Amino acid sequence: MLSDITIGQYYKGDSFVHRLDARMKIILTILFIVIIFLCKNFLSLSLMLLLTVISVLLSKVPFKMFFKSIKPILPIILFTVILNIFYIDGGTTLVSFRIITITTKGIFTAIFMAVRIICLIMCSSLLTYATVPTALTDAIERLLSPLGLLHIPVHSLAMMMTLALRFIPTLIEEIERIMNAQKARGADFESGKFMDRVKAMIPILIPLFVSAFRRAYELSFAMTCRCYHGGEGRTRMKQMKLHSGDFVSLGVFAVSLAGVIVLNHYFGSLI
Amino acid sequence: MDSVVLETKELSFLYSKGTSSEVAAINNINIKINKGELVGIIGHTGSGKSTLVEHFNAILKPTGGSVFLDGNDIWQDKKNIRSVRFKVGVCFQYPEYQLFEDTVEKDVAFGPKNMGLSKNEIDLRVREAVEYVGLDKSYLEKSPFDLSGGEKRRVAIAGVMAMKPEVLVLDEPCAGLDPIGRKTVLDLIVSYKEKTNSTVIVVSHSMEDIAKIATKILVMNESRLAYYDTVRNVFSHVSELVSMGLDVPQITQLFLKLKNAGYDVRTDIYTADEAEKELLKLLKRRGNNAQ
Repeated sequence: MLSDITIGQYYKGDSFVHRLDARMKIILTILFIVIIFLCKNFLSLSLMLLLTVISVLLSKVPFKMFFKSIKPILPIILFTVILNIFYIDGGTTLVSFRIITITTKGIFTAIFMAVRIICLIMCSSLLTYATVPTALTDAIERLLSPLGLLHIPVHSLAMMMTLALRFIPTLIEEIERIMNAQKARGADFESGKFMDRVKAMIPILIPLFVSAFRRAYELSFAMTCRCYHGGEGRTRMKQMKLHSGDFVSLGVFAVSLAGVIVLNHYFGSLI
Repeated sequence: MDSVVLETKELSFLYSKGTSSEVAAINNINIKINKGELVGIIGHTGSGKSTLVEHFNAILKPTGGSVFLDGNDIWQDKKNIRSVRFKVGVCFQYPEYQLFEDTVEKDVAFGPKNMGLSKNEIDLRVREAVEYVGLDKSYLEKSPFDLSGGEKRRVAIAGVMAMKPEVLVLDEPCAGLDPIGRKTVLDLIVSYKEKTNSTVIVVSHSMEDIAKIATKILVMNESRLAYYDTVRNVFSHVSELVSMGLDVPQITQLFLKLKNAGYDVRTDIYTADEAEKELLKLLKRRGNNAQ
């Protein structure tokens, strides 16, 4: 149950996508999101779908993993599809029954929206599947470092993010352990009314908080012992470097952007 | 005749079943635990001890084989799972991290309360359990978070004892305690068993602790059952135990070394009394030979 959570989950591998510079991957993901919102017809959308599929294939992360990350969003996708089918007018009318009218344009828009959301999710999960969380936060820190000039503590924020990501699996493990211990004393988490279930969480939450604080205290103690004093003057063991592959992928994305604009211009817009 | 209280038949458990990272945590375990026994489960880290224990009270569902409590398959009726957990009380590793109430009394009462007992019965059991673990009544009103590590551990153990389980299972009850703490916990396990006459299972990686208190020893090695026999019989395989990476008691180690040095001594010795007798015998023999 708990191990199904996929946010920030890294899928170990050594593919072209895994080896890309984390900063480039973040930039490409943002670029992808921008391009996909620029798409206006099915041709430009299929170009982006192709790009998504190619990226996924290159990463060698199995499609099964992506289904797992799409699954929780499925209700939202369905909601959007239904809303679009019933509310968009235009094109030929297929069904007309009292207040309900379904048009071709409505159906096309619904499909368009669904594909767009799926592409978005696949692309952003690819970023987390193919990038080690620490590299990701490191990259965010570098990309945001200009904000340091505005006296925003970028390093501290990035460190907090790294630590938070680092402790997600630990806390999940801890929750499972505590749950088992309370189950062994007859705690019941699965039945009863809503309020009973909320109350049943107390024996889990209190030990969890106690141990989270204990861990935080121990960690800060360990960091102090190793003379941690924030980002100032701190050097890095792993220097990030852009390679030819990074520029090639940036090039591919730039060409896709141009392609989308051209296709939008010559083939009219659906929405 | 001995009556069997807990039994496993061809019990197996695979982690991540059906994926490429499938690992057998325990493999084909067949054991019968009799009423009133004090069974020690030993094995080094990752040998499957804790996984085995998690099957006894239905925390894990076996991927193969079954577990029987008083002759009934515990997974036969899913509605019975909770009652299985009241009958087989398991106290997991580092149980002090499960404490959550603001007083010791309330925390120990958590199990009995879940059983749906009357208030009087709960009070009685809490007082009894706290006494079993050697804490006096003044502790009842204290916050469990203000106690020392060893005291917290004992409060947590009391929380399981208060359910009056037919079988009490303790997973590494001495882990991380100092020598005095270890001794206190071991002593309280023995006195609990004598007072209640119930079945007790203790998991440990320390042969030394187990040899002192157990009537039977179950040795796990690489997810399989290596031995399940009386303490004496298990210790007759002492060199195999050493090769499994278990730390046999210092006394046993001494006799193993003597044997290797060419002296004719038994190696299944684990108490000081036996050691004394065996050494005297050896000295006597050497005296006779010298004459």
